[in-house]
Amino acid sequence: MLLQEKFRSIFNRGSETPVPARAPSLPSPGLSFLKPARKDATSTRQSRGLEQFFFNLHGQVGLSILDLAGASQQNIDFLTSLGHKIYSANVLHSMQECFGSDPSGQTNPGRIEYFLRSNFDYPPATFDGVLMWDSMQFMSQALLNATVERLADIMRPQSYLLAFFTVNDKVQEVASYSFRIQDNKTLLVTELGMRSTGHVFNNRSLEKLFGKFESVKFFLTRENLREVIVRR
Amino acid sequence: MSSTPHRVPEADSRNTATIGKAVRIVGQIYTKEDLNVDGDVEGTIESSDNKVTIGTTGRVQASVKAREVVIFGQVQGNVEAANKVDIRREAKLVGDITTARISIEDGALFKGSIDIRKPEPKPAVPGADTPAKPTPSAASSGSPASSAPAGTPVNR
Repeated sequence: MLLQEKFRSIFNRGSETPVPARAPSLPSPGLSFLKPARKDATSTRQSRGLEQFFFNLHGQVGLSILDLAGASQQNIDFLTSLGHKIYSANVLHSMQECFGSDPSGQTNPGRIEYFLRSNFDYPPATFDGVLMWDSMQFMSQALLNATVERLADIMRPQSYLLAFFTVNDKVQEVASYSFRIQDNKTLLVTELGMRSTGHVFNNRSLEKLFGKFESVKFFLTRENLREVIVRR
Repeated sequence: MSSTPHRVPEADSRNTATIGKAVRIVGQIYTKEDLNVDGDVEGTIESSDNKVTIGTTGRVQASVKAREVVIFGQVQGNVEAANKVDIRREAKLVGDITTARISIEDGALFKGSIDIRKPEPKPAVPGADTPAKPTPSAASSGSPASSAPAGTPVNR
């Protein structure tokens, strides 16, 4: 190994590694409502939450996994290589379609029901795992409660859900990301743009939110994220 | 030397049926050649040994069954491909996919399930009784999710 490469590998051992060479793919045209992202908006990072999620599924095949960040080649390849069946939907895009960009529109019961039908219209106890990623933090309280209730219905007992929440409670807008699974504990994260967040999430409010679930585990990251693993 | 101009054979179009932009079909389509759909189709499309391409102007409300399916336009219905499903950037697909391989470009909108089914291996030739090679045990192959996470929860 060249000396220069050796130094680079030593200094890149942190949890976040910029990925300038392979430029991020452009955000989906369906996500054009987001405010523009930073130029260097792609990086890889380790995720304890993801690691825990896959650890819980270890040794099983043929599971049904719901990925709510929209279909991506990497996530499909990884999940199907483990022998699982993947279900895909793009919740952020669907929120824009159902409610527009104003979070106050997320209180209309008819629209909430339409949103739930569009994304979570599955028989009870269908899923062994749900990847919510960061989408929950952009929901109003009413939409969030309805979504969690529906998730509790369509998840199998003892299945797991992974969700990310921003820790910083002083901001009203937070970055929205796409999450591409590189391996069982590494994510390629691309910033898609900024989006209004409905409210502040702390451990207590999250425990209350997932009160119907069996347990909630939190992992704090350097990126001011609270990674949450919820067991149904 | 002949002065007749050389004609390039139209190999692709000769073996490909096309449903044009201005065409709308309601019913069952069965074809033994490749099919391009640039118009509207409602019903079913089946071309088991061939390729079906839904063009950018194509709008399909149908189940599609083919050897290979390429989607540039909009499909609402289940897609089954023995070989491969290819979903391009501008495509929109709502339905369940069953295929051996899938390719999906960033930007494509997809809602539904993906079931990867590898083609079954061809049966052994009768009489060729070569002993089967021992397969490595599952335990020895490194699974991506085989190690326990090092971290412990911050809070409960």
